[in-house]
Amino acid sequence: MTIRDMSYSAVMARKNEIMKQSMGMDYDQFIQSPIAFDYESMMQATGYSMDDIMRIQSETKVGKTPLIELRNLTEAVRKISAPGKGALILVKDEAANASGSFKARRASVAVYDARRKGYKGVIAATSGNYGAAVASQAAQRKLKCIVIQEIYDSRGIGQPEIVEKSRACEAYGAEVLKLTVGPELFYMQLRTLEETGFFNASLYTPFGIRGIESLGYEIGTEVKIRYGRQPDVVAITHAGGGNLTGTARGLKLADCPNTRIVACSVDLSGLHMASDTDFNRKSFTTGHTGFGIPFATWPDRVDVPRNAARALRYMDEYHLVTQGEVFYITELLTKLEGLERGPAGNTSLTAAVGMAREMDKDQILVVQETEYTGAGKHHNSQLSFARENGIEVRRGDPGESVPGRSIIIPEHLSQVAGKIQDMDKLRRSYLVNAANHLPVGNWTEDDVLFLAEDTKSSVDWVLANKPE
Amino acid sequence: MAMVVKGTWVEIMQVVLQPEERAQSLPEETRKTPYILRASGFLLEDAEMDQPARIKTIIGREIGGTLVTVNPGYTHSFGKTIPELLTIGTEFEK
Repeated sequence: MTIRDMSYSAVMARKNEIMKQSMGMDYDQFIQSPIAFDYESMMQATGYSMDDIMRIQSETKVGKTPLIELRNLTEAVRKISAPGKGALILVKDEAANASGSFKARRASVAVYDARRKGYKGVIAATSGNYGAAVASQAAQRKLKCIVIQEIYDSRGIGQPEIVEKSRACEAYGAEVLKLTVGPELFYMQLRTLEETGFFNASLYTPFGIRGIESLGYEIGTEVKIRYGRQPDVVAITHAGGGNLTGTARGLKLADCPNTRIVACSVDLSGLHMASDTDFNRKSFTTGHTGFGIPFATWPDRVDVPRNAARALRYMDEYHLVTQGEVFYITELLTKLEGLERGPAGNTSLTAAVGMAREMDKDQILVVQETEYTGAGKHHNSQLSFARENGIEVRRGDPGESVPGRSIIIPEHLSQVAGKIQDMDKLRRSYLVNAANHLPVGNWTEDDVLFLAEDTKSSVDWVLANKPE
Repeated sequence: MAMVVKGTWVEIMQVVLQPEERAQSLPEETRKTPYILRASGFLLEDAEMDQPARIKTIIGREIGGTLVTVNPGYTHSFGKTIPELLTIGTEFEK
């Protein structure tokens, strides 16, 4: 047996070789330049149709989740809206998937493909619901599973939500590698892929994103049948971009071109994602701006050569909400609708309240996910942990909260408003990142066209806004 | 020193990277800490607490490290009640 250099730099240098072996897919065929690549061909290279995906998912308890009317919440929103305003709010109860979140859709196709290609096991590096989803799918497909998680700070203390997600992975029979804070998670992932020869069930492969298309497809199809119109808005919690990308693509397949795609994240500005001390000062471990903004403005910062999740390509609006607003809405959902669900999955529901107020009564707003709840993954757990860690928790104006220092829970539904982001600023930020990868002077016509498509703008806009 | 018998479900800890071996561009507070792995499995040979040990994980892989916990479990909970949440959505709310 050859003894390989396992140092950080040596393993990172073998990245491309390890990636190719662990995915059975060669990205080189799609890549046109440091910026441009053939996105649609990459997505189609999975070889699965929507029918195939829905069949694969029905085999492992994924999909066809209930789309329910939140009548009491809608009524409460109408009470604080101008006459004639207050869209009907629907929620897709994705907690009903095996493992309790939409991430089961994302994992299902990847794990199916791993099995079909003859891999003995799958590996995912994630601290989110995706770990449990991969573990649950792997268990059903009789594959081994390793989940690599960033769980603890250097004192060995973990966020209750992440600890719960770790427990869930172990419950489904996965080996969990529990790590302290740091981007070296990717190094661990590469090392483990190399040691085991397992399949890389990355969050960002075409398999993962194609798996989410069924979510948008089910929403579009069902809303049209039940209400005779396309959903006016679909609100989507946004972090790495997969949820938004897959759902938006599915809505297109369901022939809903008029549906507005609205991204929603929890505002955690000011907290550093790789900081050992900030780590446990966050009360959200996903669905927040620490992922949402960097991934929207440069998707290719991931563990695969090109990211299949490309949020700006599909995003019409981007709303931010505070931690306190999401906790308020999570409690309200429980009390008004008799539905107890995990807080992180209610991020888009929170933004939906502010949006529904401005929309007409006959319009339809779909919140496209919920997630399971339980010890750790619960707003009371999060707030209790925050308070123990010296974060101020009180009722008041959520606009006064400072991430990492205070969580302010609204006193009234009318204070749940969200904050709309400047889309052109995000797009310009994307162009700056593109220029860092390839100087503007070297951009070809293909690059400019790709950038226009990838930012949902136009060639003229890209040319007018390219960095100096 | 407490001896833990072979076959016991335990947790081991391993320093994956020393502070000086870690990735560049880390915030200062992270860079000064080692990168640490914890994993659970069945102990392959009798071992003492805080001493080197090898485990077989639930999927059958072998991992070495320092034996730190016997019967590792979970203590996360719903936490202490946050009174500020209680009245939300009730008739007592303004």
